[in-house]
Amino acid sequence: MFKFASCDGCQLSLLDAEDELLSVANAMEIACFPEASRTMSKGPYDIGLVEGSITTHQDAERIQKVRRQCRVLVTIGACATAGGIQALRNSQDVDEFVRVVYATPQFISTLKLSTPIAEHVPVDFELRGCPINKYQLVELISATLAGRKPTVPTYSVCIECKRRGTVCLAVAKGVACMGPVTQAGCGAICPSFQRGCYGCYGPMETPNTPALTNQFRILGQDDQQIARAFRAFNAWAWQFRKASEECKRT
Amino acid sequence: MGPTVASNRSVIEVEGIAQLIALLQRRGYQVAGPTLRDGAIACEIINKLEDLPAGWTDEQAPGHYRVKKRNDGALFGYSVGPQSWKKFLHPPELQLVELRRDGASLKILHNHSVFPHFAFLGVRPCELAAIAVQDRVFQGGRFTDPHYDGRRGQVFIVAVQCTQAGPSCFCASMGTGPRAREGFDVALTEIIDSDHHLFVAEAGTKAGAEVLKELHAVPATPVLCQQAEESIRHASVQTRQMDTAGIRDLLYENFDHPEWDNVATRCLSCANCTMVCPTCFCTTMEDVSEVTGEHAGRWRRWDSCFTQSFSYIHGGSVRTSSKSRFRQWMTHKLASWIDQFGTSGCVGCGRCITWCPVGIEITEEVHAIRGGGVNAAPISKGDNIHELA
Ligand code: SF4
Ligand code: SF4
Ligand code: SF4
Ligand code: SF4
Repeated sequence: MFKFASCDGCQLSLLDAEDELLSVANAMEIACFPEASRTMSKGPYDIGLVEGSITTHQDAERIQKVRRQCRVLVTIGACATAGGIQALRNSQDVDEFVRVVYATPQFISTLKLSTPIAEHVPVDFELRGCPINKYQLVELISATLAGRKPTVPTYSVCIECKRRGTVCLAVAKGVACMGPVTQAGCGAICPSFQRGCYGCYGPMETPNTPALTNQFRILGQDDQQIARAFRAFNAWAWQFRKASEECKRT
Repeated sequence: MGPTVASNRSVIEVEGIAQLIALLQRRGYQVAGPTLRDGAIACEIINKLEDLPAGWTDEQAPGHYRVKKRNDGALFGYSVGPQSWKKFLHPPELQLVELRRDGASLKILHNHSVFPHFAFLGVRPCELAAIAVQDRVFQGGRFTDPHYDGRRGQVFIVAVQCTQAGPSCFCASMGTGPRAREGFDVALTEIIDSDHHLFVAEAGTKAGAEVLKELHAVPATPVLCQQAEESIRHASVQTRQMDTAGIRDLLYENFDHPEWDNVATRCLSCANCTMVCPTCFCTTMEDVSEVTGEHAGRWRRWDSCFTQSFSYIHGGSVRTSSKSRFRQWMTHKLASWIDQFGTSGCVGCGRCITWCPVGIEITEEVHAIRGGGVNAAPISKGDNIHELA
């Protein structure tokens, strides 16, 4: 498990998988897990899980080394797969943020963009979510150990929402729900608690963002609200980025 | 139709519905019926009369649904809701087999030979038709699906005739309603006016007749039977229609119709239409194994022709564009279904219209393919992003 710019929430998902954690620890040697232990065994490694985005020059170099040491490299979470919430700075002036936020800005060295791992090195599998779903992580590990394809669907959240029997919030309450353009994986938790999908899992396989934008307008959302809906944890995912830019432009 | 008022009709009062629920429960059924939940009239296991949405109705339009208060206490005063009985007979998620490693061999744990006994209360005529369609799919061919069969064989059905059609309904076009003539054990027609609130009941099977007898239902007067037929006739006046003349060939011959491009700009490929459709049956098979490899299972989950993985074969997905996926959905539903199962796959329930988040109307799409012009303008946001992906 390698950590880049992130909140550690995705790593914690594995610690949170209490029932499966012992089996995981038995089935494989955990060489490095910053949230659980400071020790680190020497590489090369069979599976490298990467959390976090690339935001500094050092990290941009470190990910190259990590890639060379891992047979299979899997990125986990919105930061690693799309740049994360910190990619909101990508459309702003980072230097200004640094000046405003830090007492001694001269000590801060950062890149202008927060970028996903796949923009730097080849990635074998991406696990989406903010945070990831612990069951998907365990599934990924189990499938890799068993030599089968992990069951990680790329279709819409709506499919999980319907299988679960939730009454559609978009239709029955007029909620601007991101479910139709967002990838499944969370089990459609938010709609089941009467909240529209926030898009944590990023764009689904074929997101028709113009059609959803149009529908959000019909539901009474203004351009700023729509741009914000696309600009959350996966703001830098190109389909969402494009959708939010289209809104700003009109 | 006509006033074919049979003398075998009987009458039960509202209290009789409470007794009916209790009676079915005593007979070992889990009673499923309409109930108010999360701003909709959903289909759930119910326990008592009070669980029914008395005094509620719905307002429906493409992509729009709201529950509203009625000014009477009708128990069945609404059109079909977001869910169909499909979820009971063909569950959204089902474990087919469970395996455990047992030394050098595998132990197969079949735990699905015992099926729940359901009694459905409030099945509409279009839904009876949908169940009949799924019967053909799961029981009618060379292979019978044991999971559907096991559930279906046990079901007791109390139908409710429609006395008002919603704006999404088009059962009259599809020949599936608003009056059910078969496929039920008992059928009720709710009559509510200044004088009474009661139900004219007819038995469709021996089991249904027995239940009515046990409820001490009294014979219905010819006047009441007449009134019931009248109110059903009201529901056959429907604003939404689908012209089904030659529809199979129409769709087969219009594979390249420009309307498919138009609808593709609006369709989200979200699959809601197929999930809510009471006849769509497609599933995917998913294998899961535990980390230790000691324990594995095979699951069957609802799938949809709107996903990429649905048409994935060696080398990739066959239907990459949403145009091809929408066309597959509608062409299967209305045309190739006829070749495959000898019936249309659409019963005119209108769910795909109401529960499509962007309100795409299958009836209007047929109209457009017939050359009747396009109702909705395409979404022109420069380009359709996913076609570029
Ligand atoms: S509530 Fe949201 S995720 Fe669920 S079906 Fe409706 S649009 Fe899709
Ligand atoms: S295609 Fe639409 S209207 Fe026809 S049965 Fe399915 S959900 Fe109902
Ligand atoms: S319309 Fe699509 S999901 Fe429905 S039965 Fe046909 S192929 Fe399956
Ligand atoms: S027709 Fe509507 S419900 Fe069906 S996939 Fe397209 S947008 Fe979703």
